Amino acid sequence: MAELLRINDLHVAFPTDDGLVRAVDGVSLSVSQGETVAIVGESGSGKTVTSLSVMGLHKKGSAQMSGSISVAHDGGFLDVISASEEEIRSMRGRSVAMIFQDPMSALHPYYKIGDQLAEAYLVHNPGKKKEAAARAIEMLDLVGISEPAQRAKEFPHQFSGGMRQRVMIAMALMNSPKMLIADEPTTALDVTVQAQILTLLASLQKEFNMGILLITHDLGVVAQVSEKVNVMYAGRIVEQGAVDDIFYNPMHPYNLGLLKSVPRISATGSERLKAIQGQPPSLISLPAGCAFAPRCEYIKFADSNACATQMPALVGISTTHTSRCHIDESKRQASFADAMKEVR
Amino acid sequence: MYRFIGRRMFFAAITILIVSAVVFAIFSYLPFDPASLTCGQRCTPQIIEGNRIKLGFDKPIYEQYWLFLSGIFAGRTYGSGQAAFSCPAPSFGYSFNENACVTDMIKEAMPITINLAVGALIIWLVMGVGLGVLAAKFKNRWPDTSSSVFVLLGTSLPTFVTGLALLIWVSIKWKIIPMSLDGYVSALDNPGRWFMYFILPWITLAIAYAALYTRFTRAAVLDTLGEDYIRTARAKGVKERTVLFKHTLRAVLAPIITMAGLDFAGLIGGAIITETIFNLPGLGRLTLRSTYEFDLPVVLATTILAAVVVIVMNLIVDMLYAVLDPRVRI
Repeated sequence: MAELLRINDLHVAFPTDDGLVRAVDGVSLSVSQGETVAIVGESGSGKTVTSLSVMGLHKKGSAQMSGSISVAHDGGFLDVISASEEEIRSMRGRSVAMIFQDPMSALHPYYKIGDQLAEAYLVHNPGKKKEAAARAIEMLDLVGISEPAQRAKEFPHQFSGGMRQRVMIAMALMNSPKMLIADEPTTALDVTVQAQILTLLASLQKEFNMGILLITHDLGVVAQVSEKVNVMYAGRIVEQGAVDDIFYNPMHPYNLGLLKSVPRISATGSERLKAIQGQPPSLISLPAGCAFAPRCEYIKFADSNACATQMPALVGISTTHTSRCHIDESKRQASFADAMKEVR
Repeated sequence: MYRFIGRRMFFAAITILIVSAVVFAIFSYLPFDPASLTCGQRCTPQIIEGNRIKLGFDKPIYEQYWLFLSGIFAGRTYGSGQAAFSCPAPSFGYSFNENACVTDMIKEAMPITINLAVGALIIWLVMGVGLGVLAAKFKNRWPDTSSSVFVLLGTSLPTFVTGLALLIWVSIKWKIIPMSLDGYVSALDNPGRWFMYFILPWITLAIAYAALYTRFTRAAVLDTLGEDYIRTARAKGVKERTVLFKHTLRAVLAPIITMAGLDFAGLIGGAIITETIFNLPGLGRLTLRSTYEFDLPVVLATTILAAVVVIVMNLIVDMLYAVLDPRVRI
């Protein structure tokens, strides 16, 4: 399958008065046609910064970026980090489209839905107003909005949250992009609406053969729709693998912690949620070694000296399943065994 | 929509009535005898008493208020027989100091103040919004820094300083715009002279307001640029210029127009200092002069007029807001 996005050793840092915030620290991943790649992690782990970097949406001058981000664009590849503002602009919305977390605030409150959709088309096809308007209605219909011609004349506040996210998806599809970035597309929605939106995304993906980069902190969403998963912690990918690997054979204690913390319907009433102890580190002063070491329950199975001083490399048990952990593979199975019983 | 307007107009009318009653009461209970203020130097008790009856100051206050109100709609006749004189509706009373109906005095002063206010409004909106957008676009670079110097000067220099400075340099020293232009001409009769007549007062007023609007616009634009929907526009591939001038400015417009409407209303009440410096016989000067001379009917009328303008502008601004912001349903 054709590769649509390849991020290689991406570093993104923001200079602030308190120091350099290393939001993304050596992230590499790729997305191909027709597949969904998820980035999971808690707030501040760098997943949104990674996605905004792909779109070149960081404020001018605010971000220091290095590495490479290659995006399939106009038959070739565009390196977003070195490309000109104009090149990035012609890529946005056309080769890669993006939908955002909060559909309530992501639409302009003063413009009609139809006009906002049409604009997405007109930006890349100047002058074709009639086509744009027709396509807007077509896309609204496609994402399951009834009476699309009528609703195109309405304003965002006349739509519910789920409907607005559908509108956002319709807007993203205006130019039939090959690749879609979905930044927490269901976080702000009701659970029932979440399921509808995910189903919609999956069916549209099939129809358009799109690659989707899905940013989320919700493991349920990940399990439901993605094929490959990247678990991020403190700006780094700590575990990378196919969705089954991540859920049934976790290699990194952080990933295991995430799995353990998922609330279970079968749990008895007195059982408390198993949160990961402690707080994520400050991105201004990351620990020298493994960023997760101070919170790691399993540090006793590794060389604690190495954990404190050396950043573990991303190595794996197979070419597709890798993790950053100093725990030796021979000890991992045994040490995770108890926890895995709970998770299953 | 129509119900809203109807209701608002009803409440506006009540507010105006209350304001007029309060203002009327204040002037009635001032420790001055309005009748004795009506006659000049060779005053005799007979003239005072005659005027008192002629102007109705002998009647109880509620009756005087009623006469005042009905005069607005029906006109008013003072005195009787040969010596009677009348002010046709809408009559706001009679000024003995000027021997004229108050309405006529206001009619004369009003166009000057409106010309002054409208011109200044246009200049300060263009300047303020323009500089504000520029400052936001080039945040922390030289356009921003220099506009903040302008903001500082504009807000701290009182109009009598900028006005006098303009007068001294532009008119007296450099003689770019002649000082004594004989009176006001309408823009339709002689646009050139009309422009010369108003340009310095416009600038004087506009500088003070433009500074405030620059600061407000800059903050509002920067605020809006951080909104999610602006990020959405950028993610669509919209050009940065369109993001600024279409998406951002559209969102900033509603609060600016609200502010402008209310500031404009304040100016219609009379820009006393500016009108005085430039010798413009507008409402501000009329109010000032009549206050000095205890010309109570005029003060009463201009005060009520100023209140009415503010109330009406509020209503207009509210209706405009509903047009500008589709979320506001009225």
